[in-house]
Amino acid sequence: MAGGLSFTAVETTKLATAEIYGKTLCELGAENPNVVALTADLAGSTKIGDFQAKFPDRFFNVGIAEQNLMGIAAGMAKGGLVPFASTFSVFASLRALDQVHTDICYQNVNVKIIGTHSGTSFGQGGSTHHAIEDFAVIRALVNVTLICPADGIETGVAVRAAANTPGPFYIRINRGFDQTVYNTPDYGFQIGKAVEMFEGTDLTIIACGACVYQAVQAARILQFDHKLNVRVLNMHTIKPIDREAILKAVKETRRIITVEDHSVIGGLGSAVAEVVVESGKACAFRKLGMQDKFSAIGLHEDLMAMHELDSAGIVKNVLEVMKADFEVDEDWGDEV
Amino acid sequence: MALTKQEWLSLEKEASELRQLCLQTTNWAGSGHMGGSLSSVDILTLLYYKYMNFDPKNCDDPDRDRCVVSKGHIGLAIASLFAKLGLIEVEQLKTFNLTGSKLGIHLDSNKVRGLDTSTGSLGHGSALALGITLAARVKGKKYKTFLLLGDGECDEGSVWEAAMATSNFKATDLITIVDRNKMMIDGKTEEVMQLEPFADKWTAFGFDVVEVDGHNLYELSNALEYAIKAKEKPVCIIANTVKGEGISYMAGNYKWHYGAVDEDKFNTGKKDLEEYYQKRLARVEKEGK
Repeated sequence: MAGGLSFTAVETTKLATAEIYGKTLCELGAENPNVVALTADLAGSTKIGDFQAKFPDRFFNVGIAEQNLMGIAAGMAKGGLVPFASTFSVFASLRALDQVHTDICYQNVNVKIIGTHSGTSFGQGGSTHHAIEDFAVIRALVNVTLICPADGIETGVAVRAAANTPGPFYIRINRGFDQTVYNTPDYGFQIGKAVEMFEGTDLTIIACGACVYQAVQAARILQFDHKLNVRVLNMHTIKPIDREAILKAVKETRRIITVEDHSVIGGLGSAVAEVVVESGKACAFRKLGMQDKFSAIGLHEDLMAMHELDSAGIVKNVLEVMKADFEVDEDWGDEV
Repeated sequence: MALTKQEWLSLEKEASELRQLCLQTTNWAGSGHMGGSLSSVDILTLLYYKYMNFDPKNCDDPDRDRCVVSKGHIGLAIASLFAKLGLIEVEQLKTFNLTGSKLGIHLDSNKVRGLDTSTGSLGHGSALALGITLAARVKGKKYKTFLLLGDGECDEGSVWEAAMATSNFKATDLITIVDRNKMMIDGKTEEVMQLEPFADKWTAFGFDVVEVDGHNLYELSNALEYAIKAKEKPVCIIANTVKGEGISYMAGNYKWHYGAVDEDKFNTGKKDLEEYYQKRLARVEKEGK
């Protein structure tokens, strides 16, 4: 099948994103006897039950012990296995951080961490179960590749890419269903390369995860209602970030808005800002996300709206940034 | 098979050389974790010179036995041991702790050949060792994994998470040895954070516990043989040791968790270790068979 996935786009609309991860993991398990799955009492929630049923000898539930989960996964990688350790993002990135840092990243072992229920996607779980700092925390670790797929298809493709690339990975996916962004796995996913979802030169929206769908919707509204041509980039890989795509956006659109279901401190917005500032090029810039506040309790879609991460919120912010006084400078070369 | 007198004597010689080399390295480096290194020397000697299937010339062999030194701050003892085993050059020990050196307080397995894991942050080794053991199970390998824990680090909850899982997964190819020197940085373990009844804790977590004198190679050897053969429950060997064992001014003094050795202390230490070795040889002469 295209992109190495055995399921179709139509099927993915009926599957929660984590279920697509679970299916992909089963495929990988069938292909590679070294693939093992671990969890900390979240086999059901992280949707790896099929793997457990098919490969019981390669499935390990360590109980509610996330530090142990990451340490054991690191040891297994040392023993030549390809462990997929699945738990909620908030526990993977915070509860087990010392093990992720020391056992996985420092030793640079082949562990794939799958953080589910990320961002505010487990909205009703409240802030103990929201992961709004994981980009900031994981991005600071050495050796790790950090991916936040936009939908189910991209999750399948990213999980497969992680399995085939040595070294630590952190893939962050949502609880429940995601809106479909891609209808084929053959759209050219490459680790570290942003995907242009919508063409435009007036402004660039750089988004990841569930915010990509919202950004594309916003771009359509902006084009039709406001005659604005807004570029949308799906920055699925937060680390290593696609510097080239960011600098191209600065040069060609001179306005950037980042959109992430994460704190505005240390996440996608910060990663993009670092590239922009280091380049020495000027650019109007705004970060959408949690504005240094814990999120309220509620449905994910309501929380997205509350933090202006939905299409209406993105449109509002784009219009504001378009109004901002920004001098167009044709002489690009003199700014360094 | 219990140690023969001849084997015992030969292991005593290796252990004595290792103690001397630890002291020498500390002298070269200016300072080091001598206390916890000296309490572990006998355990490490038995593992690397007798019980582990480990060939320094083929140290990447996927079938080799593994050793996870969870008390990773004894990089001093491990580096000295690896120099004796020929994994690194003795001359390289002179770079210990120097800027840019491959050797430091906590050794890095990506820099030192033959070292199975990078440790240092305490309470990490147990889960790593269990993961390595379970990997053998999945891959159908027969190797054993030895885990050397410090007693102080057993304050960490992660040690017990892994202990629970080790017995849950019936990982009997994982052999846990606790260097029970009863001291940590701030003082005695029982004064800083009570561990006793320590053996009962391991028993409650599903282990078969064997307590031995961790400075008696004969007793330790019997315990290791028992643990290697055990198939019902994982074994935890509590090796009762003395921090700084063998050097008069260090032994039993928690302040020698980490310290510097000047020329005077170095010379006294050398002499002490030689006397200590002679005492141990006398014991082998008396008790060896």
